[in-house]
Amino acid sequence: MKAHSPTRWRFRRPSVIPGFGMALGLTLTWLTLLILIPLSGLAFRSSALGWEKFWSIALDPRTLNALRISFGSAFVAAVVNAVFGIILAWVLVRYRFPGKRVIDAMVDLPFALPTAVAGIALTTLYAPNGWIGQFLTPLGIKIAFTPAGIVVALIFVGLPFVVRTVQPVMEEIDKEVEEAAATLGANRLQTIFRVLLPGLAPAVLTGFALAFARGVGEYGSVIFIAGNLPFKSEIAPLLIIIKLEEYNYAAATGIAAIMLVISFAMLLVINLIQSWSRRRYGYGA
Amino acid sequence: MQTQRLTRLLAAAVMAGSFAMGSIAPAFADQTLLNVSYDPTRELYKDFNAAFAAKWQKDNGEAVTIKASHGGSGAQARSVIDGLDADVVTLALEGDIDAIAKATGKIPADWKSKLPNNSTPYTSTIVFLVRKGNPKGIKDWGDLVKDDVQVITPNPKTSGGARWNFLAAWAWAKQANGGDDAKAQDFVARLLQHVPVLDTGARGATTTFVQRGLGDVLLAWENEAYLSLEELGPDQFEIVTPTFSIRADPPVAVVDGNVDKKGTRKVAEAYLNYLYSDEGQKIAAKHYYRPIKPEAADPADIARFPKLTLATIEDFGGWKEAQPKFFGDGGVFDQIYKPAQ
Repeated sequence: MKAHSPTRWRFRRPSVIPGFGMALGLTLTWLTLLILIPLSGLAFRSSALGWEKFWSIALDPRTLNALRISFGSAFVAAVVNAVFGIILAWVLVRYRFPGKRVIDAMVDLPFALPTAVAGIALTTLYAPNGWIGQFLTPLGIKIAFTPAGIVVALIFVGLPFVVRTVQPVMEEIDKEVEEAAATLGANRLQTIFRVLLPGLAPAVLTGFALAFARGVGEYGSVIFIAGNLPFKSEIAPLLIIIKLEEYNYAAATGIAAIMLVISFAMLLVINLIQSWSRRRYGYGA
Repeated sequence: MQTQRLTRLLAAAVMAGSFAMGSIAPAFADQTLLNVSYDPTRELYKDFNAAFAAKWQKDNGEAVTIKASHGGSGAQARSVIDGLDADVVTLALEGDIDAIAKATGKIPADWKSKLPNNSTPYTSTIVFLVRKGNPKGIKDWGDLVKDDVQVITPNPKTSGGARWNFLAAWAWAKQANGGDDAKAQDFVARLLQHVPVLDTGARGATTTFVQRGLGDVLLAWENEAYLSLEELGPDQFEIVTPTFSIRADPPVAVVDGNVDKKGTRKVAEAYLNYLYSDEGQKIAAKHYYRPIKPEAADPADIARFPKLTLATIEDFGGWKEAQPKFFGDGGVFDQIYKPAQ
């Protein structure tokens, strides 16, 4: 295909990668090999269940509870990450202070750390006799071995997603915009909510979606801190492992397929909101 | 000049190295055994492998390298099913070896009859680990459901050890209630209400109890309990052996499909048979496994095991019956855990 042919397909600018056909072909092959084939394997395996069995697994109270806990805590954690990720990114972009580089590098640590290590470390901290836990226990606050522990673990693993997606966009916001807002009589809160945040919204949403998606699938860090009690703190990925432990591959892939569908639907919605907000407020495109 | 000499030296070293590798590799290519085992046997097989390699070298004049893989028993079985080239499997539960046999056909269905004592060279049992001084006064299973007692045990859905714990509690309650299964179920259901955390494996449960200070009593493999005591110092914990428990049988088997392909049958069979030799039994006892031939082991090691009455898995109709009934999807565990919410 030629980029300049006068057909319906037009491209904004020729790219360094030769030809649309080749680039798209490569993209599709790559996606097929790495994502579509494994996922269709998943669908294929769960189809061995048959509809009736599939629904009985999907509607089992234990499955429903696990899904609720997984998606619920991932959502809460992603919200917390969105709020504190913005603040963290802001501090890193707008202020200069000693040790800034170190802190900047530290943000990425949850990416690099094996999640099981994070889980064990967090459990050590928040267990009733841990460094933080010992002060919370007398107050009647229990973190480790409760659903709150799951949220803590998911906040930990999700934090870099928001910071790293918001940071570059924030760097592009000129200080003059704030000054202009101030000269036009906006107070500080108005500047934040009407001038700064709308422009950041697409990036924040992307970070939120990434942190959320990561939280839904997270296993290693959660099982150590969750307590794993059915109906209370049992996450869906653990339920999948339990089904595998029973050599029940079909049921395991069934739950996995349900998670996949829910996740995909939610990510699609987030994507739509994101592109809408980019058109409405966004920088650049 | 300097760098040139260094380069030459390096090249010589690399060549020498590759010659050495080239000459050794073919001669010993087939004499590598992979033993796929479960978690708490790490220390046991480290000792045993060294002893067997020495013996094989002496008897046959050839070296054998033994690699060991450890992990949760069920997960290990799944690796073998998915194609891990194990020569022998030494797992926590009969059901895990059955699963390999059924899924791959690499192990014959009658594997249990291939070696003495149902292919179980050593056994263990379930005991209690409590905090020093036994502050809650825990002596037997009945004490575990006292009001203020918290019990740590892993999830029987993911842990082989936890299944033995569950059945041990059941067996105790059944014999204490004149063989009444309904009362046994009631007891185990009450016991589960005292469990604040369900770790996924035995090592995780030990960590929860020992490092996080959670719970008053840990239900553990006897060998694990002694190992923890040795590791952590007996000044913090003590072992309580109940009057009644279950005989936990961790079986072993040759993976025929793999050894025939790799040509390692002879050494793999010798390896498992060596577990039944006097030396093998001695090593098992040293690592707190109860040997099936106690007379072969060091009497001092045997003296460490308290006497107690033991139920067996046969009392539950064997694993083929017990596994789906108690731990399968919708089984007893699922039923008695549901109302607990």
